[in-house]
Amino acid sequence: MSDDKYPLSRRNALKCMAYGGAGTLFALSGGVFTPIDLAIAASDRQGAAKFGKPLFVQISDTHIGFNKEANPDVAGTLSQTINIVNGMVDQPALIIHTGDITHLSKPAEFDLAQQLFTHLRTTEMHTVPGEHDTTDATVTEYFSRFGKASDNKGYYSFDHAGVHFIGLINVLQFKPGGLGTLGEEQLAWVAADLKGRSSSTPIVVFAHMPLWTIYEPWGWGTGDADQLMNQLRRFGSVTVLNGHIHQIVQKVEGNITFHTARSTSYPQPLAGVGSGPGPLKVPGDQLGAMLGITSVNVVKHPSALALNDTALA
Amino acid sequence: MNSRRTQMLLTAVGLVILGAMEVYVPSIADTADSTKIVAKDFMFNPTPLTVKAGSTVTWTNLDDEPHTVVSDTGLFKSGGMDTNESYSFKFERPGTYHFTCSIHPRMVGTVVVQ
Repeated sequence: MSDDKYPLSRRNALKCMAYGGAGTLFALSGGVFTPIDLAIAASDRQGAAKFGKPLFVQISDTHIGFNKEANPDVAGTLSQTINIVNGMVDQPALIIHTGDITHLSKPAEFDLAQQLFTHLRTTEMHTVPGEHDTTDATVTEYFSRFGKASDNKGYYSFDHAGVHFIGLINVLQFKPGGLGTLGEEQLAWVAADLKGRSSSTPIVVFAHMPLWTIYEPWGWGTGDADQLMNQLRRFGSVTVLNGHIHQIVQKVEGNITFHTARSTSYPQPLAGVGSGPGPLKVPGDQLGAMLGITSVNVVKHPSALALNDTALA
Repeated sequence: MNSRRTQMLLTAVGLVILGAMEVYVPSIADTADSTKIVAKDFMFNPTPLTVKAGSTVTWTNLDDEPHTVVSDTGLFKSGGMDTNESYSFKFERPGTYHFTCSIHPRMVGTVVVQ
């Protein structure tokens, strides 16, 4: 039964691979998102130009190794994602992967993910791990491949085009019954990293689990994120990016814009719908519209960033 | 009349007893294999599980989503268990052992070793 369904859905998804379609471009104007049809960015070069050059593309929750009914071909949908990024009129300078690269932290899953990532035209990729990337008994598979940037700590910062990027890890020091945790050591490092930085520097913070509480019963949040936000509040433009929940949720709080990205693998239910945050099975022809990426452009450089979500179909 | 009423009463009592028997459904802990815990619908069941010292407890994941079993004290730690995969640990000493799924920290459970 399902054997008939999935090859068909893959074919449909491949037909719908053209850039644009269901996506929406979000321009940040005075601290409020203004949605603009993505078709402008895709088809009208002059129109696209006023939104600025794509600064980076966020890929999230690729879950290589997942093979259940919700999407039996996650390598295929990651390849589609890569084709969409490669097809962008202006190539982003960076790719940021916000975790759950793999489903079960297995070496073969990491190997396949890395092999697929080599097809990206943009070669500079920055990552943070998800809790699915750190389930191996020794927690070494992720760090042996992606740990260099952070000296195996999982958190690090870098600058690009006048924007200060901070990658954080909130999936290791989990508390039983609780939310994700940054921990005192990491928060102290952030304080030192931000010290002396001009408040006019645009900041991008990225981590796997949401850095604000979206739904506590499912652990969709980070218990000590408030301490991080207190440090970020003085900056004029802060963009906080996460994955983990496989759907777009966003909010604006003062100068801080929070945004979670879609997954490239499978959707998850809305908060609190069903028994838990597991894979959501949807009809094959609806899957592509529920998967996607986020691209971030510089608007009015260097003071503001614009987010732009693109679905696979 | 009297005897018929008695008979009806007895029938009613019988139904109540039968009803009580039907309500009693043995939990996993009561069945022959009392060292198994399942992860299903994002919950560990049964919890707490009581076993004798020297027992090997086996956790099995019945969800589409992977789960782990991580001891709060670091005594035991499974890797990611995919659907229908299991992990076992032998409890040598009496005590109360709490564990969590590190992927879904809301999932907690307890093994009591006697």
